[in-house]
Amino acid sequence: MILQVENPVVEVHDLTVSYERKPVLWGIDLTLPAGALVGVIGPNGAGKSTLIKAMMDLLPVSSGYVRIFDQPLKQVYSRISYVPQRESVDWDFPASVFDVVLMGRYGQLGLFKRPRKADKDAAMEALEKVGMQSFANRQISQLSGGQQQRVFLARALAQNADVYFMDEPFAGVDIATETAIIQLLRQMRDQGKTVIVVHHDLQSASEYFDWVVLLNMRLVASGPTEQVLNQELLEQTYGGKLTLLSKVGDLLRKQEFPAREKS
Amino acid sequence: MNAFWIILTGSLVATCCSLLGCFLILRRMAMVGDAISHAVLPGIVIAFLFTGARDTVPMLIGAGLLGVLTTFLIEFFHRFARVQADAAIGVTFTWLFAIGIILISVFAGQVDLDQDCVLYGEIAYVPLDLIITEGGLSLGPRTVWMLVVVTFLIGLFIVLGYKELFLTTFDPAFAAAIGISTTLWYYLLMGAVSLTTVASFESVGAILVVAFLVAPPATAYLLTDDFKTMLGISVLLGIIASFAGYYLAVWLDGSIAGAIATVTGIEFLLAFLFSPSQGRLRRQKRVQTVGH
Repeated sequence: MILQVENPVVEVHDLTVSYERKPVLWGIDLTLPAGALVGVIGPNGAGKSTLIKAMMDLLPVSSGYVRIFDQPLKQVYSRISYVPQRESVDWDFPASVFDVVLMGRYGQLGLFKRPRKADKDAAMEALEKVGMQSFANRQISQLSGGQQQRVFLARALAQNADVYFMDEPFAGVDIATETAIIQLLRQMRDQGKTVIVVHHDLQSASEYFDWVVLLNMRLVASGPTEQVLNQELLEQTYGGKLTLLSKVGDLLRKQEFPAREKS
Repeated sequence: MNAFWIILTGSLVATCCSLLGCFLILRRMAMVGDAISHAVLPGIVIAFLFTGARDTVPMLIGAGLLGVLTTFLIEFFHRFARVQADAAIGVTFTWLFAIGIILISVFAGQVDLDQDCVLYGEIAYVPLDLIITEGGLSLGPRTVWMLVVVTFLIGLFIVLGYKELFLTTFDPAFAAAIGISTTLWYYLLMGAVSLTTVASFESVGAILVVAFLVAPPATAYLLTDDFKTMLGISVLLGIIASFAGYYLAVWLDGSIAGAIATVTGIEFLLAFLFSPSQGRLRRQKRVQTVGH
């Protein structure tokens, strides 16, 4: 079930990505609607991170193209932000929390310009949104995993973009941070922003996302959560992976007896 | 007066190298600085053969091109030949340096360069090569003037490109995602390292350049948590090493470049032992007080 939308925010056409001639993503055709909280879901090695990196042109693609707001990526850099995986940077780097969040403003500033007061205010405001304002002067090596993730999120928020790509923002964070992040993402969606999240936990997926992309090297499904998260499509995505099939079982049981109200 | 010119030369080289070194060590590329400082040799010799004189500008251009070629080759071998990064660095720079040595020995008659000079430099000769105006007024050593210009250019590069250099060093993926070219800033940084290396090599030699590129930034890294402070401290440490190294050499009646490099090593050792945040001794003490 691959649903294409009218006036998509992100349009991926016939995208193939290979590492050393070994394809990791095959012929992805995908459109994503505006103002949605999108989950990219699939087993390990399915190419989830690769897909969002290719959407942002961070990787060389073998074929296909990506358009965002119906324009080539180069023209819409200022409307795109990215929350990389937490482990992708060196947290012992000599920088403060505020230094990192201010980086979110660098794209708009342009060459040779220093951050002005408006930029500093925006960075501080972003820190407040993630509840980290009292950590502004803290050295980044002193943060916990959840706090690191919030700082990365604040950096993306400071940019005030329209499309956000997030790579596993819930990986290895505490429950309080996970709840805070998902609330923030819902607020962003309600403001009309599009948030695309790589996620590996099937259980929370149905609760968190409006739109789900199921991926396992090929695109298995893309559509509204309730239409996509069913046994048949999940088996197609996770097929043969026994440990994950038990998770699918859990999920289906939860669908029969919902433990929590969907918000 | 000679002491002044020698210490000034050392301090100018220290300033350029320490500033650039801070970016290199945080990119885990300290050894690329080592590679460039050796691999520029064939560029210098070729520039010399073309122009037939030891002019500064053609040499800077020749060495600058070789420096960028070195970084390109390292990237190329690492990415496409799938060799480990350190192996790619080792293969590239020893090969280019060896070519430089062969060129020097083959054209020995025509080239006023020798291997010892390239490796160890002779900072003590700096005050001998003066710029003298037609009126007979001495304007100071040629090397010092060249280094003043290079230091100014490096300083300008870091001030103007600070936020791009900072961001592409910390998080290249995010930089690329918001439209800042990581490749461009990588090659600009490497070009700056090449420029510094070639401007410094004949006065202080490749070994002191490598010492200045790595030791003061590594020491400053142990002493602070703030990047701008780290830049400042490493420049200060480099200048202190130039002073202390000069007088150490006078006292020992030994090599000045060697003494300066030794002092940078001693600075690192002291920081390693006594740094307020990272120092071994302090840390042990702290662990003990917590433990009891």
